[in-house]
Amino acid sequence: MAPVGRTLLILGLVVAVYGICASIYGVRTGRPQWVDSGRRAVYSLAGLMTVAWVILEAAFLRSDFTFNVVWQHSSTTTPTFYKLAAPWSSQEGSLLLWVWLLSLWSSLILFLTRRRIRDIAAYATAVLLGFATFFVSLAAFFANPFTTTSTPPAQGSGLDPLLLHPTMMIHPPMLYSGYTLLTVPFAFAVGALITGKLGSEWIALTRRFALASWLFLGTGIVLGALWSYTELGWGGYWAWDPVENAALMPWLCITAFIHSVMIQEKRGMLKVWNVSLVLGSGTLAILGTFLVRSGILDSIHAFGASTLGVPFVALLALMIGGGLGLILWRRRLLASEARLDSLLSREAVFLFQNLVLMGMVVVIFWITFFPLISEAVTGNKISVGPPAFRPFIVPLALVLVALAGIGPIIAWRRVTAANLRRNFLLPVAAGLACLVVLLADGVDSRPFALAMFALGTFVLVGVVQELVRGAAARRAMTREAPPLALVRVIRRNRRRYGGYIVHAGLAILLIGVAASSSFQHSRQVTLTPGQSASVNGYAIRYVKPTEHVATDRSGALASIAFGAVLKVSRGGHRVTTLRTVRRFYPAPLTPGVGPISIAFAGSADSVVGLQTNLTHDIWTVINPNLAPLQGRINQGDRVFERLMQSLTPAQAAQPTVRNTIATEQAVAINGLSRQFVTHPWPVTFLLIVDPLVLWIWIGAAIIVFGGLLALWPIPVLLRSRSRARSAVRSHPASPREPVLDHATAMREPA
Amino acid sequence: MDPSRKRVIRLVVALSAALVLASALVYVSFTAGDREVTASQLLRVARPGQSYILAGTVLVGSVRREGQALVFRIRDPRLRLSVPVRYSGIVPDPFAAGRAVMVTVREPSAGPTFVGQGNSLTTKCPSKYQAQAAS
Amino acid sequence: MDLVVIMVLLGLVVVFVSAPLRRVAPSVGLPPEMTTGDPEPELRELETARDAKLRELRDAELDHRTGKLSDQDYQALDASLRAEAIEILRSMDQARDHAEHPG
Repeated sequence: MAPVGRTLLILGLVVAVYGICASIYGVRTGRPQWVDSGRRAVYSLAGLMTVAWVILEAAFLRSDFTFNVVWQHSSTTTPTFYKLAAPWSSQEGSLLLWVWLLSLWSSLILFLTRRRIRDIAAYATAVLLGFATFFVSLAAFFANPFTTTSTPPAQGSGLDPLLLHPTMMIHPPMLYSGYTLLTVPFAFAVGALITGKLGSEWIALTRRFALASWLFLGTGIVLGALWSYTELGWGGYWAWDPVENAALMPWLCITAFIHSVMIQEKRGMLKVWNVSLVLGSGTLAILGTFLVRSGILDSIHAFGASTLGVPFVALLALMIGGGLGLILWRRRLLASEARLDSLLSREAVFLFQNLVLMGMVVVIFWITFFPLISEAVTGNKISVGPPAFRPFIVPLALVLVALAGIGPIIAWRRVTAANLRRNFLLPVAAGLACLVVLLADGVDSRPFALAMFALGTFVLVGVVQELVRGAAARRAMTREAPPLALVRVIRRNRRRYGGYIVHAGLAILLIGVAASSSFQHSRQVTLTPGQSASVNGYAIRYVKPTEHVATDRSGALASIAFGAVLKVSRGGHRVTTLRTVRRFYPAPLTPGVGPISIAFAGSADSVVGLQTNLTHDIWTVINPNLAPLQGRINQGDRVFERLMQSLTPAQAAQPTVRNTIATEQAVAINGLSRQFVTHPWPVTFLLIVDPLVLWIWIGAAIIVFGGLLALWPIPVLLRSRSRARSAVRSHPASPREPVLDHATAMREPA
Repeated sequence: MDPSRKRVIRLVVALSAALVLASALVYVSFTAGDREVTASQLLRVARPGQSYILAGTVLVGSVRREGQALVFRIRDPRLRLSVPVRYSGIVPDPFAAGRAVMVTVREPSAGPTFVGQGNSLTTKCPSKYQAQAAS
Repeated sequence: MDLVVIMVLLGLVVVFVSAPLRRVAPSVGLPPEMTTGDPEPELRELETARDAKLRELRDAELDHRTGKLSDQDYQALDASLRAEAIEILRSMDQARDHAEHPG
């Protein structure tokens, strides 16, 4: 099926280019049939890419090693679940996934707008297909997933063991959905700028896509952090790695947009700013893909060597230059319709929040790209590393949390002193109380963490106060039971309360981050069985070593696992038992590496021993030293090398001889592995006691819930209903009637 | 205060804040940064006492353990040249022969093996391995 | 086999994409608003503005009920929002009249 795949990519390219031409020709000459045809090109592309994707997935499922990408990234022994996820562990598969998701999301938005803002949509079609053309070209000419080999290997290289983690199934598609969804508002912004129809309609139609991309990208980021924490054996969830930063920057940018767009919807202000944020988010999304895919940050030299570098830079230059040009051209139409009434209003808070978020983007951008910038300026590549982020990001995050607390409890447009008192009294008092309690408790060594706890409390109490007051206001009208009133007032005002819940989730998440990064106790200790180490009051005893040699279905060595059972106690009371394992995977055949050495020479991964609860995590990995085994390993290498040399080529080719040797090697490796248990030697453990980590994941889950609430119901369902409702309301005979409908916020929709 | 004056004040405040942030960023990044070097650059420029971030790929077949320390060679991606490093500290899981890593090192007082600073070994996110191979 | 699959897909794409072009072209040369099946772009824009204004009214009301706006502030705000909403509704009526009786 590989030729079909290759042809589909070419066909996709032709369809995309045709669609661009048809849409632009149609909208410029006023021929709607061409615009329709252009839109159908997007649907067709989605269909073609779906077929291409299915072919690739099928090749992985069948372990069809004639596909280069399959033998390089999978094997017959890769579990089926991970065979499905394996395509996006490759460059080629990632690019195809990008195009596929792009075509699906583009089709959805163009279907939803097929009868509205049709001239904007026509240009948006062209822009979206432009992105598709770019990525299909990359997949077709630079990193084709459908290249084949005429001499397929009997076994594939397999998936990197570090990627054998459940989050790998959803993390990359989530991130890519986020990135591709960000191109939708970008395309519509370009369309609105070209047509000059910069009113509220394109904003209203694309806002949900901005929110959806925010949700997908955010979920993807958190899943990546979870993977890092539970799989990568270093004990952290965030390393300020360029790949993480690449996703965080567009996420911050689109977060700013989701807030400031409300000011434009309500007041007709900040049009230039909003359009810039949308264009900026789209550009950062492409930049993020570029960062991950080109390897540019590894070295400026890799850039020249990477085939993807030059096309990506050209695309980014076009996006930035074109975007700026369009905004300058349409600056008159983007004039603000109103002015900020007061610095004490929700608008002002949003504006300030936008500045803080963009400050964060600038900081992250600068530090991430600093090695390249310094190399370009001074000729020396200078790295600043993760510590450089903290002095900037921590204060900005504190301001951000403060604003996340103020935003929900301050009114639009105007605020009086009496209202400030009424709304701020309780949250501020709660924040201060938290501060006092913590100070009295002796937690004063980390002022930033302390400030984060106080501000987080302020946010949480503010949000709870809002929910209670909303429910009470509804109850005053409907006399419903409190829980019912709460559910109904939230259902009736999903955007508002969804947003508040997101703020509460953010506060919880950042409290978890502040606590776990400031009050982490970490020790690296070397223990023999029976010995204990103490971390933050916990006695951790190395009870016994474990070992396991795993084989795959064909009987070949899959991994050697050395582990430990650890008992954790505190004050003499048993707390928990932890099991941690380090698995060594055999390396692919390498000249110069002996037949036994090779069993330990591949990659390695850790199974983290983790006890998690609401107050703290106890986290450990074992790092067994292989040196005591080295003598025996070398001995084994020599024995088997001598054996191989003593055979004639004809003997060595006989299946029975090969089987015998393989069996002997397996026996040798099993014996070596048993040594770890029968003659235990001191091994190194990384022991971490980290408070409130679980709250990071709880906070993230709350954010996702709030985001879904604000996003729900999906646009297709909503439109027909609101259409019917607005038809009733806007009856020309009674223009005052809809606005006179008191307490609309309180009632259920009819 | 009349509104236009207010706007000017706001603008000045915002611009000064931006300026402070920008200069702090530039200052911190140039002063706090360590020079990132390849193996060949390190051999050329290394001075005792100075620390450098050594970036490159782990030479296949060079990784071994000596007691608590991990000894390996880091290869210059473009040249057939590598330098030995002795490192003790947390070894991230993605660390393996042939992979791109960075480690902060100091020139040794004696012998050719550079000394890796504790816990400074970082590896690239696994999602980038493919890009490494492609480039 | 491969060739058949490709030809079938190619055929489907060509038929599907060219379907609008094969319809009798009813309206060549008219301005886009008249031909794209969206006769009232201005009205749509106003509808969106009206929906936003209604939402703002509801928000103000909820803000008042939950104590974020004082009675006095709410009355002033509500009055100005209503005036703006009525203005939009008037414009919509005009746009609708205009669409029904052009010229």
